[in-house]
Amino acid sequence: MTDLSLHPTRDLAETGARVEDYAALLKPRVMSLVVFTGFVGLYLAPGHMHPVLAAVAVLCIAVGAGASGAINMWYDRDIDALMSRTASRPLPAGRMAPGDALGFGCFLAVASVTLMGLAINLAAATLLAATIAFYVFVYTVWLKRRTPQNIVIGGAAGALPPIVGWAAATGDVAPAAVALFALIFFWTPPHFWALALYRAGDYARAGVPMLPVVAGPQATKRQMLAYTLVLWPCALAPYFLSVAGAVYAAVALGLSAAFTGFAIKVLRDPTHGSARQMFGFSILYLFLLFALMLIDRAPQGVPGLA
Amino acid sequence: MMGIIAVDERQKRQRARSWAIFALLAGFVALVYVITLVKLGAF
Repeated sequence: MTDLSLHPTRDLAETGARVEDYAALLKPRVMSLVVFTGFVGLYLAPGHMHPVLAAVAVLCIAVGAGASGAINMWYDRDIDALMSRTASRPLPAGRMAPGDALGFGCFLAVASVTLMGLAINLAAATLLAATIAFYVFVYTVWLKRRTPQNIVIGGAAGALPPIVGWAAATGDVAPAAVALFALIFFWTPPHFWALALYRAGDYARAGVPMLPVVAGPQATKRQMLAYTLVLWPCALAPYFLSVAGAVYAAVALGLSAAFTGFAIKVLRDPTHGSARQMFGFSILYLFLLFALMLIDRAPQGVPGLA
Repeated sequence: MMGIIAVDERQKRQRARSWAIFALLAGFVALVYVITLVKLGAF
């Protein structure tokens, strides 16, 4: 509310937000990665699932992720207004009333969990609810403004979708699903800190204690390198758990080596040019690993959607 | 003049939102219908 009173475009909120603004609340880019990893979890899981129900499960994961994003944007509207990357979002730009965003997010959260529970199974619905609650209460409300470990612990929310997908297909959680969780969990810090390195000014202005702001660039770069090393066994785990084949393992090794190479380059680079490159590569890294799991699994049969 | 434009814009946005809500609700009803059929083993 206060951010609207400070903003010259507040009258727009009174005329009502556009449909595109509601779509923007769902953080479509984040949602696309969540949907993809959730689908891979569902696809790799053993057992049979009707394609329509699989599509419903993925839809629920997508809507649940969108709901989390909307509630996050409602809570963070004050700091979003202070950062150039987020200042044009519907709430800080004054195109939408805060209550509308909160109501929209809560409705979608309840709807996605309810539909998951009724159409799929209780385990998947419970995990989806836990994912939304973790992102909203643990990451957004509790950690984000308090500790530089915000995205490390909060990253669990972004890592849960493959487990939700797996649970949707089997009603259970298996070690392979946990391996997919670990892969995203340990990927998140180097991914976000690469962004935070070249957006440190934004975060400092907003008072968000991201690691580059609190500990400085060099300490952040060292930690990023450490996390890329932890990613090696995580990336290979799907192969050792017989979820993915040898082609996946070979490419995962190469991609992990390249990711570590980027981290070394960032460590040696006094400018932020390499950090930008590493951020871009990090998205490609995760996408390629999950895409490879789909491809390398397919010839052995597709249990999740058999 | 500005007031008329603002009212037009407001009505345009309200209409777009109404259609979006209608499409969402219609889609939801269709989805529940299909889920029910699948659960009943019709497909």
